[in-house]
Amino acid sequence: MKRRKTLQKTFIFMLLCVLVLVFVTPIFFVLMNSFKGRFFISDQPFALPRGELFAGLENYARGIDRAGFFSAFGWSMFITVISVGVIVLFTSMTAWYITRVKTKSSEALYYVFVFSMVVPFQMIMFTMSKLADMLKLNNPLGMVVLYLGFGAGLSVFMFSGFVKGIPLEIEEAAMMDGCNPVKTYFRIVLPILKPTAITVAILNAMWIWNDYLLPYLVIGVGTPYKTIPVAVQYLMGSYGAKDYGALMALLVLSIIPIIVFYLFCQKYIIEGVVAGAVKG
Amino acid sequence: MEKTMKKYFPLFVLPTLVAFLIAFVVPFVMGVYLSFCEFTTVTNARFVGTANYIKAFSNQDFLRALIFTVLFAGVAIVTINVFGFLLALMLTQKLPGRNLFRTVFFMPNLIGGIVLGYIWQSMINGVLSGFGMTMLMDAKYGYWGLIILMNWQMIGYIMVIYIAGLQNVSTDVLEAAKIDGANKLRTLFRVTIPMMMPSITICLFLTISNSFKMFDQNLALTGGGPSGKTTMLALDIYKTFYDKVGFEGVGQAKAVLFFLIVAGIAMVQLVLTRHKEVES
Repeated sequence: MKRRKTLQKTFIFMLLCVLVLVFVTPIFFVLMNSFKGRFFISDQPFALPRGELFAGLENYARGIDRAGFFSAFGWSMFITVISVGVIVLFTSMTAWYITRVKTKSSEALYYVFVFSMVVPFQMIMFTMSKLADMLKLNNPLGMVVLYLGFGAGLSVFMFSGFVKGIPLEIEEAAMMDGCNPVKTYFRIVLPILKPTAITVAILNAMWIWNDYLLPYLVIGVGTPYKTIPVAVQYLMGSYGAKDYGALMALLVLSIIPIIVFYLFCQKYIIEGVVAGAVKG
Repeated sequence: MEKTMKKYFPLFVLPTLVAFLIAFVVPFVMGVYLSFCEFTTVTNARFVGTANYIKAFSNQDFLRALIFTVLFAGVAIVTINVFGFLLALMLTQKLPGRNLFRTVFFMPNLIGGIVLGYIWQSMINGVLSGFGMTMLMDAKYGYWGLIILMNWQMIGYIMVIYIAGLQNVSTDVLEAAKIDGANKLRTLFRVTIPMMMPSITICLFLTISNSFKMFDQNLALTGGGPSGKTTMLALDIYKTFYDKVGFEGVGQAKAVLFFLIVAGIAMVQLVLTRHKEVES
């Protein structure tokens, strides 16, 4: 019996090892080809980058140059970090207010936020990008406003769920002791909300960092503010001969920051995603 | 407390509310109205009744995209959930390197749709080039390509949710089943799966809505080709808006239909599986 069990476990272990190989193959494929001369990529896609196939960092130089990678990285970082900060701060304040101040309008507002979660982006993309143009929000800071607005539904919903579980007495005691709502919020509520704040921050960071359509429609490709997904699509979507060498290098460069972030915050990311899925 | 808090409405709620109005409420209301209008920019709208909705079905594009999306979603939802569940079952046993396996399987989920699409485009074209073909020669390559891509992206995500669910199944009940003489398979289908209905609801919801709303991966992998045969709903709406002049109203009508489809499926699915949860 015991032997059968170890045998079974060995089998599962081997199976998992094979699956891991299958899972990392695409990434290795891209990594390998990023060091090959651009014309060998389509001719000999599975050959190792050796001998005449090896192109050194040529593809990287071209990819960085043609797609403006460093600028795209900078703008992706700028928009993601500021938007996530703004979303966490403002939506948690809103969630606290509409959960504690029980009026008809705050209840209605809550339901509109929840409703917005089921609306696909395509429903509003045309009108939203035109409105953003009219309001001069077609720049990186304007994007922050749009992300706050479109991301508010999920974030307010998640914070509200958590606020409902905080005993009212703590806040009342703070206010009795002379704290105004701002002080109560920053000294008492926000620290209690920290776990949810991490979840909300991670979910929004993953969305905003990878988002393509919103920055493409609002900021476009004719500006210096391209984000990474927009820059990748710009390199490949334009007409003319496709430069697969530059593409491979660019794909590797786009994945590196994600993997670094993942390795450092893995625990929070997986926990955050599970918590987000369960509540959303 | 409520009274003092109300004075702070401008600080706590107004920033989120203004952004929410700009990025969601106004574009949504405008979008619904404009679906009954003819327009090129949002300011020159002329009411035309249901003409746009009729036009949306005047050629095959929308219907074909709907059928393709349903065929895609049907297979993707089943495969992702089955594979994700099997992986979760394997990874909740005591195995060496368990966390490393989880880390690797989850990782593709963090990579954005555009980058994912190009990774797989080069991989699949690399394999097909061995047979002298490309992905754009036959729609079936694009179809299976999308399914493989979606599985690669979502299996790890679904897996971590199932792992969390499996860890919540009480060991008392499992032991009771064992004492009563139930074998492993019977325990799985009669005890574990019924007790995991909440996780299954969430995973089905996530896979269905992600499959129906897929855009970035579709754009990067096939761009809808060959000749529009692998265009999914979101991409078809995008093309109606931006690739044809004078079809903005039709695009908006399609977007409204898309919203109704996505919201409708989500509702039906939630009601159905919640119903099952109560029974079990």
